[in-house]
Amino acid sequence: MNQNISLELRGVSKFFGPVIANNKVDLTVYKGEILAILGENGCGKTTLMNMISGIYYPDEGQIFVGGDEAVIRSPQDAFRYKIGMIHQHFKLVDVFTAAENITMGVKDGKKYSLKAVNDKVFDLCKRYGFHIDPRKKIHEMSVSEKQTVEILKVLYRGADILILDEPTAVLTPQETDKLFQVLRKMREDGKSILIITHKLHEVMSISDRVAVLRKGEHIATVETADTNEAALTEMMVGKKVSLNIDRPEPENPTPRLEVKGLTLSDEDGRKILDDITFTANAGEILGIAGIAGSGQKELLESIAGLQKLNAGEVFYLHPESGVPENLKGKSPVQIRDLGVRLSFVPEDRLGMGLVGNMDIVDNMMLRSYKKGHFMFLDRKKPKKLAEEIIESLEVSTPGVSTPVRRLSGGNVQKVLVGREISSAPTVLMAAYPVRGLDINSSYTIYNLLTKQKQKGVAVIFVGEDLDVLLELCDRIMVICGGKVTGICDGRSITKEEVGLLMTKDDRKKKAKEGGESDEQGEKQSKE
Amino acid sequence: MSEALLNFILNAIPVGITLLLGALGEIIVEKAGHLNLGIPGIMCMGGAGSCVALQMMAGSKLHPVLIVLIATIVCFLVGTLMGLLYSFLTVSLRANQNVTGLVMTTFGVSMTNYVVTYVSWEKCQYALPYFRYPFGGSIWQYCGWMVAFAILLTLLVSFVLKKTRVGLHLRAVGENPGAADAVGIKVTLYKYLATCIGCGISALGGLYYIMVYVGSQEAYKSIEPMGWLAVALVIFALWRPVLALVGGLLFGIFFVANSYLPTLFGWHLGLEMTYLLKMLPYVFTILVLVIISIRNKKENQPPAGLGVPYFREER
Repeated sequence: MNQNISLELRGVSKFFGPVIANNKVDLTVYKGEILAILGENGCGKTTLMNMISGIYYPDEGQIFVGGDEAVIRSPQDAFRYKIGMIHQHFKLVDVFTAAENITMGVKDGKKYSLKAVNDKVFDLCKRYGFHIDPRKKIHEMSVSEKQTVEILKVLYRGADILILDEPTAVLTPQETDKLFQVLRKMREDGKSILIITHKLHEVMSISDRVAVLRKGEHIATVETADTNEAALTEMMVGKKVSLNIDRPEPENPTPRLEVKGLTLSDEDGRKILDDITFTANAGEILGIAGIAGSGQKELLESIAGLQKLNAGEVFYLHPESGVPENLKGKSPVQIRDLGVRLSFVPEDRLGMGLVGNMDIVDNMMLRSYKKGHFMFLDRKKPKKLAEEIIESLEVSTPGVSTPVRRLSGGNVQKVLVGREISSAPTVLMAAYPVRGLDINSSYTIYNLLTKQKQKGVAVIFVGEDLDVLLELCDRIMVICGGKVTGICDGRSITKEEVGLLMTKDDRKKKAKEGGESDEQGEKQSKE
Repeated sequence: MSEALLNFILNAIPVGITLLLGALGEIIVEKAGHLNLGIPGIMCMGGAGSCVALQMMAGSKLHPVLIVLIATIVCFLVGTLMGLLYSFLTVSLRANQNVTGLVMTTFGVSMTNYVVTYVSWEKCQYALPYFRYPFGGSIWQYCGWMVAFAILLTLLVSFVLKKTRVGLHLRAVGENPGAADAVGIKVTLYKYLATCIGCGISALGGLYYIMVYVGSQEAYKSIEPMGWLAVALVIFALWRPVLALVGGLLFGIFFVANSYLPTLFGWHLGLEMTYLLKMLPYVFTILVLVIISIRNKKENQPPAGLGVPYFREER
């Protein structure tokens, strides 16, 4: 028995009814290594990790921790085996402080004292290089701080095997680098780290070995140094995939949408959007980059007529005549009646885009409900449209009358994008259209957007993956804290430059406010 | 003048304590993430249950302390049983909490009407002094030992919620059951225990109301409004036990003010003003809701998981 093996899976399977989530997976994890788990959506990565962390119990197979067979039936059991999982969706109580969240659920038999917890957290922070104040409430924290709390929660329980489920999905490049530094320190400390990620370049930069899963099966585990991105993708998808997004040069771009000095405040008078000015050209993809919640959603909603603007104008230039039309203060119906063909793929698919309990045909009708004769609805045309979309976008569904919420995320998105494109828009706005989609579906969506661009549509694309933004968009507008911090050429700018622009505003603010709290933190740690 | 004032206070306190007990139980339930609108029914059932117990003990040679103790325990158990039913429906079967709560109220009130047809008040009256003047006839003891009990209980609940691991876990279950589950807190157990204990405490409010404040058969009919006031008090007190004590007394003052204002200040109020005064607690509750919603401070909001059934994610 190899002394260095910390965790071993032998023939582990999990079934959900007739669905095979994991089929006879073998996996070995060594002490002091970072193992990346790679695979498309729905390939069973998360299910596999959930079995190690005690959320699910395997139907077949054995798990060995430190050479002994382990029976992990609950997260509590997992902690006993020194296994901790950092979930993709943070499991934190908002109104609790970091320390309260960290000590929650710990049964160490000691007296309950938050001060002792604070001290222990300070020690951990010093050891691994975290910066956090344990007395800060979660709802006052940034995403990256919340993630730090999740990691500390696991370390506090003395975990030696850490599982991170897509930890970088919500971080800026700079924050990702910081996280990776911490992970490397843990590796030096002898901990085993399993990291799930979609991003190949991160796999290459952080991991020692890569385990690839496909359709619930373990395909191979390879040394990172001996492989490359193309080979990994091939293992993951099972066939050769070209990872380059086709980006034709825009053909005579003409201004289609001019936004000038757009300002929007929330109920408390806090500015969500601050003096936003830009032009979206026809035949071009304009990317919008920024940390989640910087005002992307509100910006698109403002253009679509769903927000009440405080100041600023939104001009739409008619494709034929070039006559500007001011959209400010108009409702979506009024905008449509002006002959403006604006399509909007919102961030929240089943909340704002589609009605989950209705079938595909009915969802098509959300755009055409005013058509038809007298008081009766016309169901024939939407049905035909639904069938067309299912065929052309390869939506996998039992039929047109299946409720949309029963479809998988990728298929829901295809239905929504398909519907929006079918109305032959002149402006297409899409917020995070590939969120939660696997590589194949993502590329289908990218190609759809590029096709629209070639048809002379002004495409506005809000994305979170900077690599994709840099490959797909002709121009990239970066917003930070509701302000435009830069509009740059998508072909020449680097990821680091965009990353810096994404945090430009924040750093100034933090220099003022953060300075104090950092000092306090240091004082505490000295004590 | 001073006697009138004393009478005023001595009447406001029992109402306040009734509301406090009802609200205290409800706070515990809501901290576990369950909105129990069954409190009025539970308070009715608690009161009726203890009356049945008192009637059965009538004429026995039991020590008065034992009689009071048994009646109180029976009342608590009746509340616990109602709580068990409520938690089975809402925790295990994940039924809608609002609907279940309202059903508990209608069930509790009608059940009480049925039960009390078998209770003859004459056979229960003997116990009134045990509850009202256990240590003799001094005026300050009129409010009964339960005042001290209720205040101690409030401080205890407050301490447990704020300063102990159990309290931390309970609050976590009510705020974010998913997070609690992920760190190994037994969510279902906490929800069941909190609901049962909370409902038991609420039921004591019914016992107190009948035996101390009203002291007559008429009491059964007027417990239900007290239950609704207790639910309002939970919101007014921002889910904090100590504030529920203060708010309960305040509500009590408004509740009895109409009878004492004429003698205290020489104000003569018409019948319509009486009803207006009794309505004030609800107005205040609405005001509190408006204020906390506008200020939107996270700490003053109801538990984030309130009213949301918890499923451990199934894929």
